[in-house]
Amino acid sequence: MISAGIDIGSRSIECVIFEDESMKETRKTDTGFDPIGQAKQLIKGLRFDTIFATGYGRNLFELENDAATITEIKAHARGAVYFFPGAMTVLDIGGQDSKVIKLNESGKVIRFEMNDRCAAGTGKFLEIMAKNLGFSIDTFGEQALKAKKDLNISSMCTVFAESEVTSLVAKGENPNEIARGLHMAVVRRAASMLRRVSPEGPVVFTGGVANNIGIVQLLGQEIDREILIPEKPEMNGAAGAALLAMEKERKER
Amino acid sequence: MKQQLFKKLQQIAEQNLLDIEVHKKKGEHVVGFYCLYAPTELAVAANAIVLPLCGTRQAPIEAAEERLPRNLCPLIKSSYGFAVTDTCPFFRFSDMIVADTTCDGKKKMFELMSDIKPVHVLQLPQNQDFNISLEPWKNEIEKLRTVLETLTDKKITQEKISLAIALLNNERKTKKRLMDVTKAKPSPLTGMELVEILFKTGFFADKQKGIDLMNEIADLCLQLIEKKESPYTTETPRILLTGVPIGLGSDKVVKIIEQSGANVVAFENCSGYKQTFQVNEEKDPMLALSEQYLSIPCSVMSPNQGRIDLLKEMISEFSIDGVVDLTWQACHTYNIESYHIQKLVQESFGLPFLHLETDYSESDTEQLRVRIEAFLEMT
Repeated sequence: MISAGIDIGSRSIECVIFEDESMKETRKTDTGFDPIGQAKQLIKGLRFDTIFATGYGRNLFELENDAATITEIKAHARGAVYFFPGAMTVLDIGGQDSKVIKLNESGKVIRFEMNDRCAAGTGKFLEIMAKNLGFSIDTFGEQALKAKKDLNISSMCTVFAESEVTSLVAKGENPNEIARGLHMAVVRRAASMLRRVSPEGPVVFTGGVANNIGIVQLLGQEIDREILIPEKPEMNGAAGAALLAMEKERKER
Repeated sequence: MKQQLFKKLQQIAEQNLLDIEVHKKKGEHVVGFYCLYAPTELAVAANAIVLPLCGTRQAPIEAAEERLPRNLCPLIKSSYGFAVTDTCPFFRFSDMIVADTTCDGKKKMFELMSDIKPVHVLQLPQNQDFNISLEPWKNEIEKLRTVLETLTDKKITQEKISLAIALLNNERKTKKRLMDVTKAKPSPLTGMELVEILFKTGFFADKQKGIDLMNEIADLCLQLIEKKESPYTTETPRILLTGVPIGLGSDKVVKIIEQSGANVVAFENCSGYKQTFQVNEEKDPMLALSEQYLSIPCSVMSPNQGRIDLLKEMISEFSIDGVVDLTWQACHTYNIESYHIQKLVQESFGLPFLHLETDYSESDTEQLRVRIEAFLEMT
């Protein structure tokens, strides 16, 4: 059976194709201002027996394509268990939100927490800050790791942090150290959510921000727990959706 | 059957306003109140009409923010906004407001409100140990009795208080009977319908009329149960909503839960099941009032074991599948108390739990929806 999962996020849309239990294809595009148009483009030419949509655009997609929907929480939990069987803690940091999910032994979600309604501590936050400091988002993490000392950034709000960064730049602080401070702000926030929701055992880290080496290393030091990252962490939600679609289809046949 | 009922409720809401006007013209007094801690029996005993006041809509908040800080509880801002824009007919009808020092936000807001209307503020203790708090609270209620006697120029006798207690006990008993119809599985009412019924049956000039109407609705619901007529199946997740009060206009969380396929069957808040207490009719009436009102389990009380006890009872009796704890933005006491509620729900009952902090605006609807849908996936 061929199943598809599509994750319509605030920054990007991912689509994953599974043939039975193996991942066959992944696709990705920017969300832009027309998520449904972009999603349609993305799945053009793909063949599948069943599809699940997740992400903040899931309900729009459901109406247009008669697809079932699930939340990002369930999708990320399922994806994490596929890539790391036995996973019991998931940290997902995407473009617009971050979340920690706690699973039981059989992979069922038993608790979760999401960040506040703003972009604090998310991919969007890092993206804006990289731009302000003149770094590329792809190398932002490496730059942060080059810092020689700690510099504390207290604002988590994207808007306030922007002005805090501006004043640090004006004071002549080293951009790498500012970058590290910003990364640490994200890490501390994720760490406290992890401590609250699921304080023990390895953490499966998913979402686009898991590609940021600075966040990964600093988080590892901060929480002192094993961090497991799927090969394409941004595909985890779509992968989980595809797997759940397949499982449902099998049950119904 | 239901359609007719809701049409009737709408008509009654309009008729109520006319009735209150007629009573006012006859020289009767109107006493408005915001909080469940106001012992309205005393006003009833002085032949005054008691009316709950508006504070559940977003519309007047902008006007309130001209004087109140933005990061304040929306219920407080809405209440003040209605008053300052003169858009709540019940506030307009009121000769006096009975308020209390429930929380910091409210008590300071009432200072501003007293420029608009006479406001009598009861000093509410924040601890329910009778040895410490009963005497001062009883004094407050005695003071209120005098204030109401002066306002209405009527003597509030023990006999009149006893009669008022009996009447309001009957009202509370009827309200419980009505709220208990959703114990049926599946429930004959949606949570939104129950919110609307509870809200619209609260504004009668004549309490007995309200009681009769609530009984009529409860009877109708019992018929629906008998005929197995329900918008739901036995598989529909049954949700208990706890925390801050809600009403028409501040019901978005109930709406989203029910749009997502579940049914809110129980409301453990002061717009719901917290109203179902009974005042002891055997005791001295002033003492009985003081004891019972002090025992209301709001999060402003510390400790607040009563809420835990009530929740335990309700989770079992309403066959609950999951609990949503709602906190209005900037309500510290409910926000912090959520820690205890989460422990109770997850550890003692093994049920899914969701804590939400929001305000009256629609701006976070989609963020709420994803949390609520994920919570329902856990049931």
